[in-house]
Amino acid sequence: MAASSETEGGAPSPSLWNDPKKRAIIYQAIVVLILVSFAAYMINNTADNLEKRGIASGFGFLHAQAGFDVGMSPFLTYDASKATHGTVLLVGILNTLLVAVTGIVIATVLGFAIGILRLSPNWLVSRMAYCYVEILRNIPLLLQLLFWYFAVLGPLPSKRDSLSLFDTFFLNIEGLFGPLPVPQDGFWIILVAIAIAIAGITFMKRWAKKRQDETGKPFPVFFASIGLLVGFTAIATVAAGFPLELEHPKQNRFGLRGGMIILPEFAALVLGLSLYTAAFIAEIVRSGIQAISRGQTEAAYALGVRPTITMRLVVIPQALRVIVPPLTSQYLNLTKNSSLAVAIGGAEIVAVFAGTSLNQAGQAIEIIAITMGFYLTVSLLISMFMNWYNRRIALVQS
Amino acid sequence: MADISFVRTKSHPDLPPPKSEVGIIAWVRQNLFSGWLNTLLTLSAIYVLYKILPPLLDWAFFSADLQGKTYKDCTSGGACWAMVRVRIDQFMYGFYPEAERWRVNIGFLLLFGTGIPLLINGIPGKKYLAIFVFLIYPPIAFLLFYGGLGLTVVDTAQWGGLMLTMVLATITILVSLPLGVLFALGRRSNMPIVRMVCVCFIELWRGVPLITVLFMGSVMLPLFLPAGTNFDKILRTLIVMAFFAAAYMAEVVRGGLQAIPKGQFEAAQAMGLNYWKLMGLIVLPQALKIVIPGIVNTFIGLFKDTTLVLVIGLFDFLSIIQAATTHKNWLGTSTEGYVFAACVYWIFCFGMSRYSITLERRLDTSHRN
Repeated sequence: MAASSETEGGAPSPSLWNDPKKRAIIYQAIVVLILVSFAAYMINNTADNLEKRGIASGFGFLHAQAGFDVGMSPFLTYDASKATHGTVLLVGILNTLLVAVTGIVIATVLGFAIGILRLSPNWLVSRMAYCYVEILRNIPLLLQLLFWYFAVLGPLPSKRDSLSLFDTFFLNIEGLFGPLPVPQDGFWIILVAIAIAIAGITFMKRWAKKRQDETGKPFPVFFASIGLLVGFTAIATVAAGFPLELEHPKQNRFGLRGGMIILPEFAALVLGLSLYTAAFIAEIVRSGIQAISRGQTEAAYALGVRPTITMRLVVIPQALRVIVPPLTSQYLNLTKNSSLAVAIGGAEIVAVFAGTSLNQAGQAIEIIAITMGFYLTVSLLISMFMNWYNRRIALVQS
Repeated sequence: MADISFVRTKSHPDLPPPKSEVGIIAWVRQNLFSGWLNTLLTLSAIYVLYKILPPLLDWAFFSADLQGKTYKDCTSGGACWAMVRVRIDQFMYGFYPEAERWRVNIGFLLLFGTGIPLLINGIPGKKYLAIFVFLIYPPIAFLLFYGGLGLTVVDTAQWGGLMLTMVLATITILVSLPLGVLFALGRRSNMPIVRMVCVCFIELWRGVPLITVLFMGSVMLPLFLPAGTNFDKILRTLIVMAFFAAAYMAEVVRGGLQAIPKGQFEAAQAMGLNYWKLMGLIVLPQALKIVIPGIVNTFIGLFKDTTLVLVIGLFDFLSIIQAATTHKNWLGTSTEGYVFAACVYWIFCFGMSRYSITLERRLDTSHRN
C-alpha cells in the first residue's frame, strides 16, 4: 500500500535499481563497455602481433602478383604469370557462384523428384526414396565429397587412353571433355529471336489468363511456350546460317586440349553437394505436400477436377508456402558448403583465396574478412530473394 | 400343388474374399502393379536394385578380405577390410598411448552411462544426472583425457580418431547449449543494444561457412591474443566451433521461446517474478522441452561438421582414415576406408535422428489429420 500511495502523490520515483528503464540503461552501458574494451584489447594485441611478425596490413596485396595457377576459370582468362591476388579473388567468387547455381538447380530438381517418389503409392519406389534420403543425409558431406573425388573419380583412366563416346565426349583423369559451341558472326540474331520468344510467351500467358478468367476456356500455355521458344530459335538459326561452330577437343602431346572441359574437382563437388542437399530437399518437399490436408484434394475431386490439375493448382501452391522457408536455408547451406572444395582441391574462393593466397600474402585478417564478407553478402542476397518469393506466394488474408 | 417357394431362414455363410483381394498377391497387386505407370516404376526399381545390390554385397562381404598386412595381401578382388582390421585401434584412439587408453574408455562409458538415461523418458533423478553431466563430469573428463593428479599427461597432439570426434562434438554441444540460450534470450530482450548485439552475433556466425570459421580459429585467433600466448590447437578449434554452434542453437531456442504463449509471461510477471525467475522457472523449462528435437538435429549437424577439422590438420575419425588409406601399405583402399567411415557416422547420425523423431511424436499433442 505504501508504494501505491507514493506514486499517486507523484513523489519520489523508485530507486535507480528498481526502475526497469534505468536498470536497462545501466545493463546496456555495461554491455557496451565490455564489448568496447574487449575489442580494444584485441585490436591492440593484433597491432602488436602484426608489428612483431612484420606483417603488412591494408588491402594493397590485392594488386600484388599471385603467381600460381587456379585450376579453373571458365569466365575470365586467367594468366598465372600476370594475375594478382585481386584476380584470384574474382576467379574464386565466380567459381563459387557457378558451383552454387549448378548445385542448387540439380539439387532442386532431384530433391523434388525424390520427395514425390517418397509419396508414391508404389511401395518399392517409396522405400527406395526413403533409403536414399536416410543414407545420404546421415553421412557427413565432406566424407561424401572425398568419396566421389578419390574413390569414384580417382580410378578414371589416364590421359593417354581416355574413354570416348561417339568420338565427341572423352573421359579421363583430367576431366570430361566435350565440344564447345563457339558463337560466330551473326549469333546475335539467335539471341534476339530468343528475346522475342520470351516476350511473346509473357504476352501469351497474360492473354491466356485473361481469356480463362472471362470464358473459362484454358489454353495450353506450357506447350505453346515450348513451341514458341524452340520454333523461333530454330528459324533464327537457319536464317542466320548456323552461326555456331563446335570446337572439338584435340589430342596433343600433353593430352586433350580445347573444347569444353568439366574438371573432376568441379564434378565431384557439384555431384556431392547436389546429392546431399537433394536428400534434405526431398524431406522438405514430402513434409510440405503432406502438410496439405486431404480435404483439399477431396474437395477438388468432388468438384470434378482431374488429379494432375488438382496437384498443380490446389496442392502444390499451398505446399509451396510450407516448402519455401526451409528450402531457402537449404540453398544457403549448399552455398556455404561449397567451401568444402578446399578439401578436394577445387578452385572456389576458400580454396584459392583463403587457402593459397593467404599462404602467399600472409595477410590472414584481411583475407578471412573478405571471404566472410563475401559469404555474408551471398547469404543476405539469397535470403532476400527467397523472402521476396515467399511474400509473393504467401496467403493473402484480407 | 406343393409349395416350391424357398425362403431362406438363415443367412448363407460369407464366401471367402477372392484370392486376388487378400494376402500377398493382393498386396503386391495394389502396391506394385496397380497400373501401367506403377508397373513400369516397379520394374525399373527392381532393375536398379538388381544392378546395384548383388555386386555391392559381393564386394562388401562374399569376396572381401579380412586377413593381411598390406594391400597386396588382399587378392580376392573384393573389399580389403584387412586395412580396417589392422588400423582399428588408431581409428578409435588416434595416437593416444596404448597404456593409457583405458582412461578414454572410462571417460566415454561415464558419459554414456549418465548422458543416455538423461535422454530417456521416465527415468527418475534427472535433475542430479543433469547436474552431473553439465557440472561435475567436465572436470573429471578433463582429468581422464588430458591427465594430471597422478595421471600421465597426454598431449592433445596425440588425440585423434573417433575419440577426438566425440570430444569435439560433446564439448561443443555442452558449451554451446547454455551460450545459445543466453543469445536467444538476448535476441528476445527489450533492451535495444543487447538485442542488436545478439542479432549481429547470431547472423554473423550463421552467415559464414564453418570452414572460414575454422580458418579464423587457426590463423586469426593467435593474432588477437597477447604476443607470446601459444595455446592449444584443439582448444582454439573448440572455441570457434562452440561459438558457431551457439549461434545455431540460439535460433533453435528462439523458436521455442516464441512458441510459449504470452499468457505465461504475463502470469509470471503478475506473480511478481523477476526476469531470471520468470525465464528460469516458467518459460525456459517449457521452451527447452519443445525444442529438444531441434537441439538433437543441431547436434547431428554438428557431429557431421566435426569432419571439417580435417582441413586444418587435426586427425579426427575421417581424417585419420584418410591418412591410413594414403599410407604406402594401403594405397588403393580409399573406397574401403570411406565406406567404413560412412557406416560409423551413419549409425551415430541415424540413431540420433530416430531419437529426435520419437521425441517429436511424443511431444506432438496436436490432432492434425
